[in-house]
Amino acid sequence: MQAILKSIDRPVLVAFGFLIAMLLAGSIYSTNFLSGQYLMQQLQVASFLGIVATGAMIVILPGHIDLSVPWVITVGGMMSTAAVGWWGTTGVIVALPFAVACGAAIGIINGLGVAYLRIPSMIFTLGMNAVAQGLMVLHTGGFAPADEASPFMRWLAVKRSFLDIPNTAFVWLIVGGLLVLALRRTPFGRYVYAIGNRERATYLSGVDTRRVLILCFAASGACSALAGVMLAGYSAKAYQAMGDPYLLPAIAAVVLGGTNILGGSGTYLGTVAGVLLITLLQSILSVMQMPEAGRQVIYGVVIIAMLMVYGRGAKRAA
Amino acid sequence: MTELRLWLQQNYGPLVALGLFVLIFSVYIGNHPAGLTVGVATTAANKGVLLALVGMAQTLPVLTGGLDLSVGMIFVMCNCIASAIVTGTPWQVAGGVAATLLAGLVCGILNGAIIVYGRLQPIITTLATGAVYYGIALWIRPVPGGEVDETLADALTNQIFDVIPTTLVLLLAVVLFIWLPFRASVLGRGAYAAGSAEAAAYMSGVNIDRSKLAAYTLCGLLASIAALLLTFVTDSGEASAPGGSIYTLNSIAVVVIGGTSLLGGVGGAIGSIFGAFVLRTIGDLLFVFDLPPLWQPLIQGAILLAALSLGAARVFRIRNRLELFG
Amino acid sequence: MVAPDPAAPFWQMEGISKRYGGVTALEDVAFACRRGRIHAILGENGAGKSTLIKIMSGVVQPDSGTMRLEGAPVSFATPAEAMRHGVVCIFQELSLIPDLSVADNLGIVDPPRRFGFIDQRAQRRRAEELLARVGCDDVHPRELVRNLPLSRRQMVEIAGALGRSPKMLILDEATSALTAADVEKIYGILRRLREEGLAILYISHRMHEIAALADDCSVFRNGRHIETFAKGAKTDNEIVELMIGREYRHVFPPKPARTAPAEPVLEIARLSWGDRLSDIDLTVRRGEIVGLGGLDGQGQRELLLALFGVLSGVEGEIKVAGQRVAVASPRRAKSPAIGMALIPEDRKTEGLMLPMSVRDNVSLAAIGKFTRGLLIDRSAELSQVDEMVRNLAIRTDSADAAVATLSGGNQQKVVIAKWLMTEARLILLNDPTRGIDVGTKQEIYQLLRRLADAGSAILLYTTDYDELIGCCDRVAILYDGRITRELSGDALTERNIMTSALNLPLDATVPTEARP
Repeated sequence: MQAILKSIDRPVLVAFGFLIAMLLAGSIYSTNFLSGQYLMQQLQVASFLGIVATGAMIVILPGHIDLSVPWVITVGGMMSTAAVGWWGTTGVIVALPFAVACGAAIGIINGLGVAYLRIPSMIFTLGMNAVAQGLMVLHTGGFAPADEASPFMRWLAVKRSFLDIPNTAFVWLIVGGLLVLALRRTPFGRYVYAIGNRERATYLSGVDTRRVLILCFAASGACSALAGVMLAGYSAKAYQAMGDPYLLPAIAAVVLGGTNILGGSGTYLGTVAGVLLITLLQSILSVMQMPEAGRQVIYGVVIIAMLMVYGRGAKRAA
Repeated sequence: MTELRLWLQQNYGPLVALGLFVLIFSVYIGNHPAGLTVGVATTAANKGVLLALVGMAQTLPVLTGGLDLSVGMIFVMCNCIASAIVTGTPWQVAGGVAATLLAGLVCGILNGAIIVYGRLQPIITTLATGAVYYGIALWIRPVPGGEVDETLADALTNQIFDVIPTTLVLLLAVVLFIWLPFRASVLGRGAYAAGSAEAAAYMSGVNIDRSKLAAYTLCGLLASIAALLLTFVTDSGEASAPGGSIYTLNSIAVVVIGGTSLLGGVGGAIGSIFGAFVLRTIGDLLFVFDLPPLWQPLIQGAILLAALSLGAARVFRIRNRLELFG
Repeated sequence: MVAPDPAAPFWQMEGISKRYGGVTALEDVAFACRRGRIHAILGENGAGKSTLIKIMSGVVQPDSGTMRLEGAPVSFATPAEAMRHGVVCIFQELSLIPDLSVADNLGIVDPPRRFGFIDQRAQRRRAEELLARVGCDDVHPRELVRNLPLSRRQMVEIAGALGRSPKMLILDEATSALTAADVEKIYGILRRLREEGLAILYISHRMHEIAALADDCSVFRNGRHIETFAKGAKTDNEIVELMIGREYRHVFPPKPARTAPAEPVLEIARLSWGDRLSDIDLTVRRGEIVGLGGLDGQGQRELLLALFGVLSGVEGEIKVAGQRVAVASPRRAKSPAIGMALIPEDRKTEGLMLPMSVRDNVSLAAIGKFTRGLLIDRSAELSQVDEMVRNLAIRTDSADAAVATLSGGNQQKVVIAKWLMTEARLILLNDPTRGIDVGTKQEIYQLLRRLADAGSAILLYTTDYDELIGCCDRVAILYDGRITRELSGDALTERNIMTSALNLPLDATVPTEARP
């Protein structure tokens, strides 16, 4: 039991270790790094990535990937603001569920393509990303689209209600909590890991792997859309390509947290560590006023360095 | 006759892509106001070859069962490098071209070395190295600009003998001097072996490490050739992240449409060439049909999805469902 | 037979040890073999044979010990290096590359070259030569390996090994998928190679193969080399006792006498599937163990898959407990309304999630049993799983250990445990004891009989004739997708099974070369 716990937690421990090291390194540069104000702000920003990474993880665990994240985020943002514009007060109430439902719907289509048509997820979600983009271009072009965020959305994304902890962090907590519950305590969670290990054996054990996969992709779409709603609240409006900066960092966060990119193993705690790590890294680089060029290079180098520490494959032995 | 049957069976994917291209291109030309003129052909060729080169680049790592998500960023980086140094005296121009190619080569070697000797997963590795290459591109060209030698640019973007687009000749040269030799070599065969059954290949004594390294290196080289072409076409360098991203994702689409399996071991660069032309022509087709511009991205996306889903047809023919799981 | 080399043994190993984490695969092994002899290696799964072979062929390195080839010390860091020294191994899991052609596979290591590139024509000629050597001229060199049936693939593998000019040839269960005729060809080739002075190592679980071929036998048990003796020095029973380390009698649990026929659990009528299954009628009753027999590839596997809902386009009628059912998927097959279970052919890729724990594997098919609402009741799960592990005597360090750390026999028990948790009324087994050690086989036979006595219906496909005769109440022989005959009682003899398998009338004479 001990040995297995240790092996699962090692990437998480390393990730958290790096996190603390970075905070300390940053604090040498400026004491602000350890202030509550700064940390809370990081938490707020990290929550957006955290929700996207949750969706990414739920698809990576069974051995797939969701490349439609960028434009589903935009769909989430635009559909929520559109609901506000189209349906007045009802719109304000249903904006969030409506947008999340749109994301889930796209996710279901992804799931159908991957699970029923057996098209590799990398390809199908790529195509769906393009389709989602096309839909949004259609939606925003030609007429002034309603793109104002509702006060509720703004409250959710910007305000802090409790102990000065950002509301977004609570949303992340709820979403993450649901995922952890699903993964550890439901049959669905077992099947997700089993499919990631070997779908063939899971199928032969009498599991409806197709339904499980559709659910995974639907959840991923819902998470992406939710992040979009909150991003729209944060900026008070929805805009094109708002989701582009989130895809690669989300995948990186999941992998840095110890989840195997090919599926079958990984814990949510690791993903949380990965999200915090990446957010902090990006923030430190921006505070240091490092030009974008340098930031990108350091970002890439740090990821490789961390993976070298614990993400390496086994030495070849048959 | 068995020989023919076997050849058809084993080249099924690229042949379908070729057929698709011929079909779509005919429709395109048929509806183009100018028809099949040298000018139209050259423009089509220039854009197509650009995508084809990037597609060929991506094909190599995919054959080994991996993926290079940094190919678009190598492309962008080399474009920025070229826009800075491929200019001046003929010697300087030649040196600039050589340096750009070298840069692509080095990126490829770096990717390959981390994946092979660092034993890291290709997807996440190239994601990270892509950020590094993009950073370098941004450092060289914080804003779009630069220039490139005019005579060379003219020569490459026009025609040979006034009829054949030079870019097609360039593509042919790349196939003859890079792809075919690779394919016919032990290194190339090792790449297929690694993608098909890595453990078996290792046990059979194949040097998988060298083949994989070669695949990623050549990928970088081909991306830099494409970048040079882009620089000649646009006469500038731009460090555009969305641009690089689009080229990376398109390269994957091109590889798939051309009949190469993302699992590795099956396919080849020739198929990717046809896949690239298919993809490019589809885009042009929409333009020619004068569809309302707002609808174009959606239709393009839907067609892309459909093209990528061609392979799904086999699902309906499967009688033993275990085969679905590979 | 060539006189054995009087000088030092051709191959010698001393003090070889290998540990994988906490598991000792080999402990201080001394082993030697000579040229011009066929040397058999015997032992249960987990005895260390595979590890020994892997060390000899350069796939893994020993933790300690020395190896000598013709007196000179050697060590092989890679399989390529071992091959350069003339040590060639044919593994159980084939080392062919499915997406390359036969010619490419046969020339994979050192192809003929022209100007630095692979000379396809010369390579193809070489392939044709090698294929002719093993008598496989029906294989086209340009055909992709993945399109060849398993038996042809194994022959290509053997041809490839011969092409590497081995000084020592190691065969690790290399004949498991071959037809009887092919096996005879291989025997001939091996005997010829022995005349030519090769050292040949032969691992097999099939006693009659060992008896037919081997000059020397070595028995391994629990990672140690127990004894080496010459052919004929020990009886089969004595050999098996050496392998399992205790007294052994090849005994099957007794079959109950049947008075009145019990009610049928499974009734198949006119079942067909493409050209692989035609017009199958079969009934399996409560408490019965019905066997499927016949030569390899006559539709036995397809029948099990068809029943379990894996195949599409199955025609005919299937009734379970008297009700007509349509089995559209394994999920449906598993459902309480039907209650089927399938122990699949390949436990590593179809039956288990190797990196996951024993507990997670055992509970996978029956999680519904411990689910209250949406959530799993962990304590109920743990107690029931642990009980099942105890009942089946699954030997493992802990129920949380990854299934990959278990021996083959115990892994198979995990698969069986998984399905017993579903309390199925009909249990289908696809060659369940293939590659399993003798001790575990016995346990499985006892288990099957216990399950039948408790009321389950069992349909068992096995390639082992002793099992068919010893375990089954009735045996249906398949030939070309049809049931040619059902045998039971006194008619259930090896001879009758053989004649039925060849689709001959019962009183015909059986050609001796056809013995598997």
